[in-house]
Amino acid sequence: MNSVLNEYKTIAIQGLWKNNPGLVQLLGLCPLLAVTATLTNALGLGLATMAVLIGSNVLVSLVKFYVPREIRIPVFVMIIAALVTCVQLLINAYAYGLYLSLGIFLPLIVTNCVIIGRAEAFASRNSLLKSAFDGFMMGLGFLLVLAVLGASREILGQGTLFEGADLLLGDWAASLTVHLWQVDTSFLLAMLPPGAFIGMGFLIAFKNIVDKQIADRTTAPLVTETVTRARITKVS
Amino acid sequence: MKKSMIKNGLLLGVFALFCTALVAIVNQQTFEQIKLQQQLELRRVLHQIVPDELHDNELSEYCILIHDEDALGIDEPLPSYIASMQNLPVAIAIEAVAPDGYNGNIRLIIGINTAGEILGVRTLKHSETPGLGDKIDLRKSDWVLGFNNRSILDAKDRLWQVKKDGGDFDQFTGATITPRAYVKAVKNALLYFNSNKDTLLARPANCEVNYQ
Repeated sequence: MNSVLNEYKTIAIQGLWKNNPGLVQLLGLCPLLAVTATLTNALGLGLATMAVLIGSNVLVSLVKFYVPREIRIPVFVMIIAALVTCVQLLINAYAYGLYLSLGIFLPLIVTNCVIIGRAEAFASRNSLLKSAFDGFMMGLGFLLVLAVLGASREILGQGTLFEGADLLLGDWAASLTVHLWQVDTSFLLAMLPPGAFIGMGFLIAFKNIVDKQIADRTTAPLVTETVTRARITKVS
Repeated sequence: MKKSMIKNGLLLGVFALFCTALVAIVNQQTFEQIKLQQQLELRRVLHQIVPDELHDNELSEYCILIHDEDALGIDEPLPSYIASMQNLPVAIAIEAVAPDGYNGNIRLIIGINTAGEILGVRTLKHSETPGLGDKIDLRKSDWVLGFNNRSILDAKDRLWQVKKDGGDFDQFTGATITPRAYVKAVKNALLYFNSNKDTLLARPANCEVNYQ
């Protein structure tokens, strides 16, 4: 029981941090950089990607015993393309405002390598439940990176947070928009793709710093131990 | 070898069928809703630029197609919507394109009453620079409201330019191309309406509402 729990914990850590699709695998950069101008768009695309990721992982895991190795890639591509089309239709039907603002980036989910990557590397080798969980965690990892990038670009660029939330969540969400300050001319760099690249760079740098500190902390006691031993040998 | 090829081919076919079926089902389930959403969006915009109290017909259902590249900026038929009160035309909402925006075509819609006065202008679709050129979007700035109640005498009207060119419309800080293109597009559509008013308003509704 405990080992099963541990396995799921590992999947979660892999998706959210160690093997984060946005920060470590650097997959799916095209939508990541293009739509993260506002938090709403980032969340919208993140959720859509997550839905596709879970769906494709589940389907791939379901059919993994029936698909011979030689034709697995075309089969995965078909499954993913079908799912993306479905998600696109659903967003078009039930979140029309979001559909208008995400525009061409929805079909581009097909080309997001995270999805076929997980299908190939995980779902085609693991059980249904684990694959679904992996899809969820990878999707969540991607969503979080999108959201952080979207929020910081929106704050820097237009001085608002969650503008257009009503497009994503319905009319009640209009009140979620926070106007932090009024800008006459917005900070253009943050709104344009170069700003996304720079923000992305900062996020990756931040992750590396945190990783390094964790590594230092875990290895630190070991180091002192060896040092004391070394001293002892020197004295003798 | 041959056997496995046939088997794999068949398998691929089965998957293709399955995936197509999935998309077909979802498409069928969402078709009505998507159409409804497009209708709602169209009505929402039309309702903003042609006030309800002016007309008693359902604007989005009374649509004509106009094909005139010089006036509307694109070599494609674009829909216009005629508002009428007790079967007399009172206003028109003309869709037009500003082809020379900073970043591609800007699609807009202009409400004009029969006196040639602008009731309202809205941007339908654009890809102008966020933070600079996107002030043509009412969600970002109320610049488009500056067109309200204006009219034009002839093509030489100097007021129908941005202030930088000696006209009456604000340009945006750091972006002159966008408002310049926009003002020109509205001006062309307005001039076109003024000189073709009677034929336009007399035309029978002849286009399927198909909003993309």
